[in-house]
Amino acid sequence: MDLNKKFTPETWPEHPERATLEGKNKFVGFWLFLGGETILFATLFATYMALKNKGPSGFGFSTQELYQLPLVFVMTLLLLTSSLTSVYAMHHMKNYNFKKMQLWLAITALLGLCFLGLEVYEFTHYVHEGFTFGNSAFSSSFFTLVGTHGFHVAVGLVWITLLLFRNAKRGLNLYNASKYYTFSLYWHFIDVVWVFIFTVVYLMGVIG
Amino acid sequence: MSSVAQKRGFGAALWDWMTTVDHKKIGILYLIGGGFFFVVGGIEAMIIRLQLLKPNNDLVSAGLFNDLITMHGTTMIFLAAMPILFGFMNYIMPLQIGARDVAFPFINSLGFWMFFLGGVFLNVSWFFGQVPDAGWTSYASLSLASPGHGIDFYAIGLQIAGGGTLMGGINFLVTIINMRAPGMTYMRMPLFTWTTFVASAMILFAFPPLTVGLFFLTFDRMFDANFFDHQMGGNTIIWEHIFWIFGHPEVYILILPAFGIFSEIFSIFSRKRLFGYPAMVFATVLIGFLGFMVWAHHMFTVGLGPTANAIFAVATMAIAVPTGVKIFNWLLTIWGGSIVMTTPMLYALGFIPSFVMGGVTGVMQGAAPLDYQLHDSYFIVAHFHYVIVGGVVLAILAGVHLYWPKMFGTMLSETLGKITFVFFFVGFHCTFLIQHWLGFWGMPRRVWTYMDGQGWNTANLISSIGALLMAIGVIVMVINIIMTTVKNVRVGNDPWGDGRTLEWAIPSPPPFYNFTQTPLVRGLDTVWIEKQEGNATGLTFAEPITDIHMPHGSIIPFFMTVGLFIAGFGAMYHQETSWGLPLLIFGLAWTFVSMAMRSLKDDLGYHVTKEEIQADINNASKGGQN
Amino acid sequence: MMKGLKKWRLFSLLAVLTVFLAGCGQEELSTLLPAGQVGKDQFKLLMLSSGIMLFVILVVVAIYVVALIRFRRSKLGEDFIPEQVEGSHKLELVWTIIPIILIIILAVPTVYYTYKLGDVKAMEEVNDDGKAKHLVVDVTAKLYWWEFEYPELGIVTAQELVVPTKEKIYFNLKAADVKHSFWIPAIGGKMDTNVENLNKFYLTFDKESEGLKDGVFYGKCAELCGPSHSLMDFKVKTLPRDEFNAWAKNMKATEDAKSVANANADGEKVFQASCATCHAVSGAGQGGAPGPNLASFGDRNRVAGFLEHNEKDLKEWIKNPQKVKPGNTMPSFENQLSDQELDDLAEYLLGLSVEQ
Repeated sequence: MDLNKKFTPETWPEHPERATLEGKNKFVGFWLFLGGETILFATLFATYMALKNKGPSGFGFSTQELYQLPLVFVMTLLLLTSSLTSVYAMHHMKNYNFKKMQLWLAITALLGLCFLGLEVYEFTHYVHEGFTFGNSAFSSSFFTLVGTHGFHVAVGLVWITLLLFRNAKRGLNLYNASKYYTFSLYWHFIDVVWVFIFTVVYLMGVIG
Repeated sequence: MSSVAQKRGFGAALWDWMTTVDHKKIGILYLIGGGFFFVVGGIEAMIIRLQLLKPNNDLVSAGLFNDLITMHGTTMIFLAAMPILFGFMNYIMPLQIGARDVAFPFINSLGFWMFFLGGVFLNVSWFFGQVPDAGWTSYASLSLASPGHGIDFYAIGLQIAGGGTLMGGINFLVTIINMRAPGMTYMRMPLFTWTTFVASAMILFAFPPLTVGLFFLTFDRMFDANFFDHQMGGNTIIWEHIFWIFGHPEVYILILPAFGIFSEIFSIFSRKRLFGYPAMVFATVLIGFLGFMVWAHHMFTVGLGPTANAIFAVATMAIAVPTGVKIFNWLLTIWGGSIVMTTPMLYALGFIPSFVMGGVTGVMQGAAPLDYQLHDSYFIVAHFHYVIVGGVVLAILAGVHLYWPKMFGTMLSETLGKITFVFFFVGFHCTFLIQHWLGFWGMPRRVWTYMDGQGWNTANLISSIGALLMAIGVIVMVINIIMTTVKNVRVGNDPWGDGRTLEWAIPSPPPFYNFTQTPLVRGLDTVWIEKQEGNATGLTFAEPITDIHMPHGSIIPFFMTVGLFIAGFGAMYHQETSWGLPLLIFGLAWTFVSMAMRSLKDDLGYHVTKEEIQADINNASKGGQN
Repeated sequence: MMKGLKKWRLFSLLAVLTVFLAGCGQEELSTLLPAGQVGKDQFKLLMLSSGIMLFVILVVVAIYVVALIRFRRSKLGEDFIPEQVEGSHKLELVWTIIPIILIIILAVPTVYYTYKLGDVKAMEEVNDDGKAKHLVVDVTAKLYWWEFEYPELGIVTAQELVVPTKEKIYFNLKAADVKHSFWIPAIGGKMDTNVENLNKFYLTFDKESEGLKDGVFYGKCAELCGPSHSLMDFKVKTLPRDEFNAWAKNMKATEDAKSVANANADGEKVFQASCATCHAVSGAGQGGAPGPNLASFGDRNRVAGFLEHNEKDLKEWIKNPQKVKPGNTMPSFENQLSDQELDDLAEYLLGLSVEQ
């Protein structure tokens, strides 16, 4: 594969992320990886459901009292929006518009960063209330589930930052198109997981 | 390639192997690593059987015995059986589908190093004197109560090794989906490739639960979490579920590639197409699917209630149907064939009755109320050794003999091979058949010793003698390997004479790019078809000779894994020392930086030119290879 | 010639059968000689499944042997190329359907017995006077010993379960430290003792243990629980109902007994000073003590669940419990008790009896 091959929007392939064998492999491999990730999160969800509100005798925390929906709602909005902006970015990638793609991905990263900041705030708040990781089975399973998601967001942020800076000067080619594309897949996946966390952990925790 | 490496000296050769991304070399690395751990696990097994040789024996202490059984099980499953099968998958599967490498050569190398250093991490525990001692299942209440760092070694070592396996699984899947040669449709894939495919898919879905379970265990033991501490609201049964949701598919992950190897052997050494190929494929997929539906049959006595037990009992029995289909299809493959008794064929023929016996005892234990008696008795020990030794290990030994000439270009001695088989096979039945009765007679498993006067003495003695015979068999095989390597008589493309699939139509060992030209596949057993039609090479090419794109080697996979290895020790000691936490962070940062280096530095590989390939072809024909 | 062959076959069959029958194990702990309804049900299932499975093995081996004899290359010639048969739908259908039928034959009784053996509704049943209809025993598994509490009778014992014959006995199973599993092979299958919940099941004991080799059935821990897992044995004494009632009454009567009739007074003093913080000598009351209840110690069959029941082994045990049963929670008394004190203590303990 030639990194220096120049494209125009006309010669740029319909599916740039799958135009090479490497790209195709990455595409299929990443989908499969997300399949495995789904099972990983499913296991975490199941554990959380089993240990929800469980603690030592005289345990004082429950989902109803702990969670603050407004904050989580803002977080949800941020992450959903970031998913949308990454769609825009991919749209521009398909049209061979590198600058706009970079811009929208930067916005995506920024939204993700805000989300992560709020999550850190939320966690600190719980810890100050005494709801620490080692406080109970409930707290362990909560922090592990939501924290694993947060960790995925952080990994995604580092990933996209590296991609943005690495390719800032050299523009789009078939080598990095698949990298951008897999990132966007990953980002959507994180978003979907969050939708489940929002529903199962927060909504069902407060209302159900 | 290896002869070139020797000329460059030991250091350069070592560097070559540590940085290789060639699927064939990684396959051999897997075989060496797995073979090493197989010997370690075997020695542990021998000590176990020596301890149980007679009643009230005190050869090893009670604590050490629990270390031994835990490490024997863990080593054999995770560090011996799986990696050796991975070795065959890595080496053979790309050749069978006409590919030049796996889809992600870099990740392939990373997977190997994670397995190997994860295994080393586990076994380093012996030198610390704090060894995992809660059984290979590491049930939570005991694994939390276990003092010292033993279980920490288990949790972190398996975490690292398991990560490597997961990567390998995804890699094989993508390879098979994307990189088949022209004409190699799914229903023309050799059965070993099919079983690799299904086993890899199972790895993809079975290993994430293990990852999560091991994280829970790590968090509980090292980071104050309370997943399994019932006094803090935790629940130990969660561990059992998670472990078996992984653990049951795991045994099918082991047995399916074994089925694949035997399918190749039956076909080759009966000179006959595999009987009912579509049914075999379907049965493989069905076994893979059902494998995820039956985990709770390991937990019949946990108290899940009669409804759960009944459902899982019936689901378990259902697996016997596709497995039965396979057995009968193999029988009908040799029926009407031209059977020749080579060493691999002997293993395959020994496998059928052995595995059937292991299978039927599995169905017996699937009957939940009967399992209340058999569970955790010596009957279960007999059962799973019948399926794992009688299935997986026989397949591994068969595979070693079958593929040795392909991998190293020289044949293992048939005479010594048959001696190995006889000792191993007789020893195997001698060891484990009697253990069914020990279970009936009330002997629980995982016992360090037993009192006199319970009627178990003779049976245990017989069992221990059998283990000795198996050990002799393995020693003969090691001698065989050494002698063969020293003699080094070179062989041609198809040393067995009746090869049916693509790997038997290229030189032994194959050039590093595998195929000079990508082959065209014209049906199931394409090489056989070509040869029957008079094409002596067995190959029709799909393309002219062109430049071949190959990936560069890299040391980064090794470095990434070293980072995890270091981080493991940091996690283990962070509570009692001041250097633990910095070490943990340092290790993870090391891994991350290595990964970032890989990501930031473009690696587009290189090309083998037409001229070089043409030169290789000319060389080969001059060398008198057929 | 053929006749001789037949005779030889008959003979070998008989030989196999003899071995098989001899292979039933020992009465007091073999699942093949069940002495209770639960074990008998499971044994029936064992026979049925073994029968089906032997049939499968025979069919496979028969095809296998014939194939091996008929289709050897040495017979067919080096150049023989067999017909490349693709398969046969008819045959494949046959060996799909027949196994399914066999599985159904096994699955139906399996499901039936699963529900039958899992039925513990009767545990809650009470008589008109509010007492439980059936005998319920609370079993608590602790690091390497077993506690048996009879809540309705207000008595507690350890290491040796005493139950009446010919009626359903219900068990509440739990573990106090790590997971164990409660198994009396000759009576019926096992059930785990979990740390976080109560497991319930029942067993029936059809046979009195009096006639057995040691006068007791053997019980085992069937779940790896630490170094001394293999030594975590217990024994089961089964008595006719009236004898059981007498035993229970005697146990209850130890409530106020500060000393037993022929007790060694010096030994009792030693006991009060060194042992009484963990061990009770009154069989009345509730469980939960740090050490096994010793009210009926003199009647038991084993010391610490597995040692010979004599003075020598008892003293050995008291002197150095860690050596005998590694990882248990009893401290060593080797340097704390003089030989004389040890002799007295042993005599006192062996005199603790409710059966005389």
